[in-house]
Amino acid sequence: MSKNEQHWEKTRGLLFVTLAIWFVFSIGIFLFGAEMNEVTGPFGYPLTYWFTCQGSLGLFVILIFWFANRQEKIDEEFGFSEKGDK
Amino acid sequence: MIKGNFIDNLPKVYGIYTGGFIGFIILMAICEQMGMTAKTIGIAFVAFTVFIYALIGWLSRTAQASNYYVAGRQVPTVFNGMATAADWMSGASFVAMAGGIYFKGYGYMALLVGWTGGYVLVATLLAPYLRKFGCYTVPDFVGTRYGGNTARLMAVIVLTVASFTYVTAQINATGTIASVALDIPFQYAVYIGLISILLCSMLGGMRGVTWTQVAQYIVLIIAYLLPVFWISNSIGAGFFPHFMLADEVARIGELEQQYGFVKNAAADLKTVPKGLAGITKAHSAVNATPWAFISLALAMMMGTASLPHVMMRFFTTPSVKAARKSVGWSLFFIFLLYSSAPMLATMSKLSLIDPTLPTGIIGKSIAEVQAIDWYQNWNQANLMFVSDFNGNGTLELNEFFMAGKAVVLATPEIAGLPYVISGLVAAGGMAAAMSTADGLILAIANAISHDVYYKMIDPKAETAKRLTVARVLLVVIGFAGATIAAMEIQGILGSVIWAFDFAMSGLFFPLVLGVWWKRANKEGAIAGMVLGLVSGFAYLIWVRNGGSGFLGITQLTFGIFGSAVSLVAMIVVSLMTPAPNASTQKMVDDARVPSGAQVITQR
Repeated sequence: MSKNEQHWEKTRGLLFVTLAIWFVFSIGIFLFGAEMNEVTGPFGYPLTYWFTCQGSLGLFVILIFWFANRQEKIDEEFGFSEKGDK
Repeated sequence: MIKGNFIDNLPKVYGIYTGGFIGFIILMAICEQMGMTAKTIGIAFVAFTVFIYALIGWLSRTAQASNYYVAGRQVPTVFNGMATAADWMSGASFVAMAGGIYFKGYGYMALLVGWTGGYVLVATLLAPYLRKFGCYTVPDFVGTRYGGNTARLMAVIVLTVASFTYVTAQINATGTIASVALDIPFQYAVYIGLISILLCSMLGGMRGVTWTQVAQYIVLIIAYLLPVFWISNSIGAGFFPHFMLADEVARIGELEQQYGFVKNAAADLKTVPKGLAGITKAHSAVNATPWAFISLALAMMMGTASLPHVMMRFFTTPSVKAARKSVGWSLFFIFLLYSSAPMLATMSKLSLIDPTLPTGIIGKSIAEVQAIDWYQNWNQANLMFVSDFNGNGTLELNEFFMAGKAVVLATPEIAGLPYVISGLVAAGGMAAAMSTADGLILAIANAISHDVYYKMIDPKAETAKRLTVARVLLVVIGFAGATIAAMEIQGILGSVIWAFDFAMSGLFFPLVLGVWWKRANKEGAIAGMVLGLVSGFAYLIWVRNGGSGFLGITQLTFGIFGSAVSLVAMIVVSLMTPAPNASTQKMVDDARVPSGAQVITQR
């Protein structure tokens, strides 16, 4: 397998992991919205309510930064990262 | 001013700007104490901020194509994040969102999840690869990846349909705010709003828009957060509302139980002015089916990833790496406002419906409520209404009505904050609507000037001529948008949601598969764009005209149907026609590797 193919395989692996997490917190948990809302979540809000106003939103922010760092590591590993920029 | 080491000085420049703006707010507060009228303060806020944006627009003027189309590709990640956040958060986010949550509760909060979750798709599926491609516009990517003018033209058409639907709503919002703040008729205010918008983008293109959007973000976030924190402290809800409103949320639930949601008779509802809504849904309880929630969130997420005015912001970063990080920063800055909207809705609702609070009006006598100053103001503006349907002389929960946009605009006044805050909120709403309108008009004008004029009609055109065409188009599209906005055909929020559905119907899969599926070819992409857009449009018209729809897809989520058709069409047609040639395949390979030269060389 060529270097490019290996790089793309790893990139695709990271995509699937990232999208799986995204799926859980944007779609998955809301399948059980009514049940989850019976539970008290962080700061005392009903759990589903908390996810819609803070939880999922904040998690997406963290997820994107995490993804960006992982992807950079993959690029560096194969010597594909760009040089000389911030 | 904007030369050489301007980029290195950005934190300093915007630091001084932020300080200056806070100084201006304090100055206005002092003027209010000294007796300046509310109207003068409103005019001062809007005029001052618009003047600053125009100044930035003039300072950013340029005669270079790369500056005009992609801000010279040197916008640092954090600043691009702020600019994207302003580009993204429109009048709908700023003015309408908290109101929507106020009246519809959980079912509406799917928009919060959808309008943030979409950025995960932007970061992972598209932004870094389109940045590596080196395109100036989104159709530029489609045209180069799939080849041929038909694919390029189709992408321009989808872009124009989606963005134009969106932009009329934004010009409408600038007009509404300008007409309230400057006290002039809406039909004229729309054009004043438009001229302010064009001042930012015409001379500097993307460069001008970038630096004004950063300035607009700073204004809009201060204008949104300051009242939220102030009200929270003044009603004793807690120092940091986001973490401390659980008791208030629970209290609203109790009061809802106590009052009950009484259904009004149709004849009674007829007396309520158009556009006003009553509180008919539970505040924090789950009041929508899982599919209703998920389908709306999904449509908004896929729409986010297909809207060209957002995507093109990530063409301005210095590198692929920076494009990825920049998506994270964008969402962070958006999160600051979106996580505050439900808090504002909670406090605003509680302060009106809790009879134990001094601001509470439910349970008071109707005559008493009608005598309140702010009630009279907002009632006169047709944004608030009470009526004694059951004739018991007391205001019940089901007898109170308010316009969605009044939640953000009126809450400071209801909570007894000084007028300077209301002026600030008007300036914030104006900034939100202007920044989005600028991004959208520029996206349309750039696509037509770059992809239709330069790439199809006159590929030998000189830079000066190309930029003249781009600027003329900017003005023409702006005026077309303003003319339609002045007719007031549709509400702000509805048309914004439609824009997402149009974009995802026509563009989502052609863009994503262009990067992730090498086998996707020109015929497939054209079929995907045409059939996606047409079937989405047809579904919308069918449902609007009383069609029953299927699978619970409504007129707000028709993009789910359109994009499904687009996906199937694209795969089937691609597989039935020959695979893309070797040079196209190499292009896709190159786009997948961050290092190395851009795929397209721009002149």
